[in-house]
Amino acid sequence: MFETLTNRLNQVFDQLRRRGKLTEADVDAAMREVRLALLEADVHFSVVKTFIARVRERAIGAEVSRALAPGQQVIKIVHEELVKTLGEPAPLNLTGPKPRVILMVGLQGSGKTTGAGKLARLLRSKGERVMLVAGDPYRPAAVTQLQQLGERIDVPVEADLNLKPPELARRAFEKAEKGGYGVVIVDTAGRSQLDAQLMDELKAIVAKVPPVEILLVVDSMIGQEALNIAQGFRDAVSITGLMLTKMDGDSRGGAAISIRSVTGVPIKFIGTGEKLDALETFDPARLSSRILGMGDMIGLIEKAEAAFDQATAQKAAERMMKGQFTLEDWLEQMRQMKKMGPLAQIMEMLPGQLGQAARQIDPRDIEANFKQTEAIINSMTRQERRNPDILNASRRRRIAAGSGMDVQDVNRLIKQFREAQKMMKMLQKTGGKGLGRLFG
Amino acid sequence: MAEMFAKWRSGLAKTSKATFGRLKSILGATEITQETWDDLEALLVQADLGIETTTEILDALRRFVRTEGLTRSEELWEALRAELRSRLLPPPALTWTNKPSVIMMVGVNGSGKTTTIAKLGQRFQAQGQRVLFGAADTFRAAAVDQLQVWGDRLGVDVIAGAPESDPGAVAFNAVQAGVARGVDLILIDTAGRLQTKFNLMEELKKVHRVIGKALPGAPHAVWLVLDATTGQNAMAQAKAFKEAVGVGGVILSKLDSSARGGMAFAIQRELGLPILFAGLGEKPEDLTPFDPDAFVQGILNQA
Repeated sequence: MFETLTNRLNQVFDQLRRRGKLTEADVDAAMREVRLALLEADVHFSVVKTFIARVRERAIGAEVSRALAPGQQVIKIVHEELVKTLGEPAPLNLTGPKPRVILMVGLQGSGKTTGAGKLARLLRSKGERVMLVAGDPYRPAAVTQLQQLGERIDVPVEADLNLKPPELARRAFEKAEKGGYGVVIVDTAGRSQLDAQLMDELKAIVAKVPPVEILLVVDSMIGQEALNIAQGFRDAVSITGLMLTKMDGDSRGGAAISIRSVTGVPIKFIGTGEKLDALETFDPARLSSRILGMGDMIGLIEKAEAAFDQATAQKAAERMMKGQFTLEDWLEQMRQMKKMGPLAQIMEMLPGQLGQAARQIDPRDIEANFKQTEAIINSMTRQERRNPDILNASRRRRIAAGSGMDVQDVNRLIKQFREAQKMMKMLQKTGGKGLGRLFG
Repeated sequence: MAEMFAKWRSGLAKTSKATFGRLKSILGATEITQETWDDLEALLVQADLGIETTTEILDALRRFVRTEGLTRSEELWEALRAELRSRLLPPPALTWTNKPSVIMMVGVNGSGKTTTIAKLGQRFQAQGQRVLFGAADTFRAAAVDQLQVWGDRLGVDVIAGAPESDPGAVAFNAVQAGVARGVDLILIDTAGRLQTKFNLMEELKKVHRVIGKALPGAPHAVWLVLDATTGQNAMAQAKAFKEAVGVGGVILSKLDSSARGGMAFAIQRELGLPILFAGLGEKPEDLTPFDPDAFVQGILNQA
């Protein structure tokens, strides 16, 4: 179940060593795997069907490029089609006369109130004057929840349990107009698209305060139901964008594909954490590889790139190629890795089995390990770091005492370093070609 | 029983016409063809059973069709019902031998823990039990207020801590208060958390341990609240929460939407976790013991 699609397709194409065009049989075998991957990612059954038909048509007869294995070629086509379906992220439409109304709609528990708070914070940080409207009088303390969020980000919250949500929205709108507010964000009660009464209430709000944006808030963990929800809300009010929430979990998020293909509206935001600043725009390529079960490798690579100091890395690489990998370089590598962010977060981005395995490890253990290694290396003289061969028993004892560790710890570290050195030598021999294999 | 069944039906009936109108004709008096199988697959996958479970079920049906020599698709109907039904256990009877017994509620964000606690509270109260709520979700804005409102409505005492305070301490106080006040059942609400958050899962383990310190042997039950609209991630949730705090049963919330909660099959089979209750509406009395027959009917009703 957690095998990546790449692995499975590689198995399908294992016997297929020839190059040239993909035949109908090749493609059909591959499409069975792609279909499974999409269904496991919660893409809706009927959406998968039409998607596969489209990809199949494109893939048959496609030239397998010299650089790619047939499996990779199929993945590439699937990936491209997914990216196309997901569409480009679109910015909020904040045009027209002020105040501009943004309406948050969705099922219970999808994250509307938190989403409203995050959006208010984001717009406020861009200099907008924002007002929040607590349009959920039904769930106990939903109003209090929004009020507390408003307080935290210093945004006024309009609330009145004695008013029906459409009337409340209207009153807030008028207040905002007089008060010179730029944006009014209306939170609404969670509702099933089948609840006619509550859907009428939404229509009434839209009639009272015509919104520039109606954002459908959807839990990224949702299953096949996504399609019905999207249809139901689209039919009741004209949705203009999606907010996909709880994307910091490990759901594959295939619902995005279902909803996009039904509504055609762009994905405007993704929620990536419980804190109010955890609201991001989405990257179609990244979401596509996540849906295919390939983890967030792109996110991982970006993080690595951002943390990487090009000049230092260049120097280290040069020394490595000369076989001069020292303890100093090793320490530097570890520091670079730490700069990528909390390990726990990085581990969550790993795909499939790697990610599963990583989750068994307590990131705090590794971080503690980092600290110890750092302490030990810092207790060495520059000469020792550059030439570990001179580390005799007496030097090791001194280093242990200096870093507050045992001599065994120092020994273990040196052993680990030797292993790393050996690996570097191997890489040197293969000219770095083996690196790609790591990510199969 | 009849009344309960009626509630299930009305909860699920809202959607009986919503999605599929075809299965009745699929399983009408026709030959079993490849199309029949394709349609059955569509039915089960769209009820969120997952492709793995769906394939298992269809394979079992194919074997049955071969050995019994079935040729008419209407005969498949009963076979499918029986197959689905055989994969679900009726909820075990809840007996509380300890006084007080502590129930800890866990789940991801927005699954419906607090609302479910309120519904359970009313249910247990109606059975003559004295109930106390522990509001240990100190993280989400106004989560404590939410439970407090329910407590006031139901006349149930709520033990809460300050926002951002240590949830373990709140749970500890709640259990102690429950013991001191001589209640029968203590329901502890916890903050929603994604199962991939290492630190938050560690925090949950701590709350679990602390409850045991306040009252040896507690918590006597840990229940996972699972949103019925959840797709394949439901399995990962159930697995992670079971490993972390020994979840012993699942409550399917929001089953009144058009969602079918089909992940319950895989969760029951792979993790051996019974489904205890189902939330079939917004009102407190809309939480009913899980009824496997009605649940299977809900899936087939789509046809």
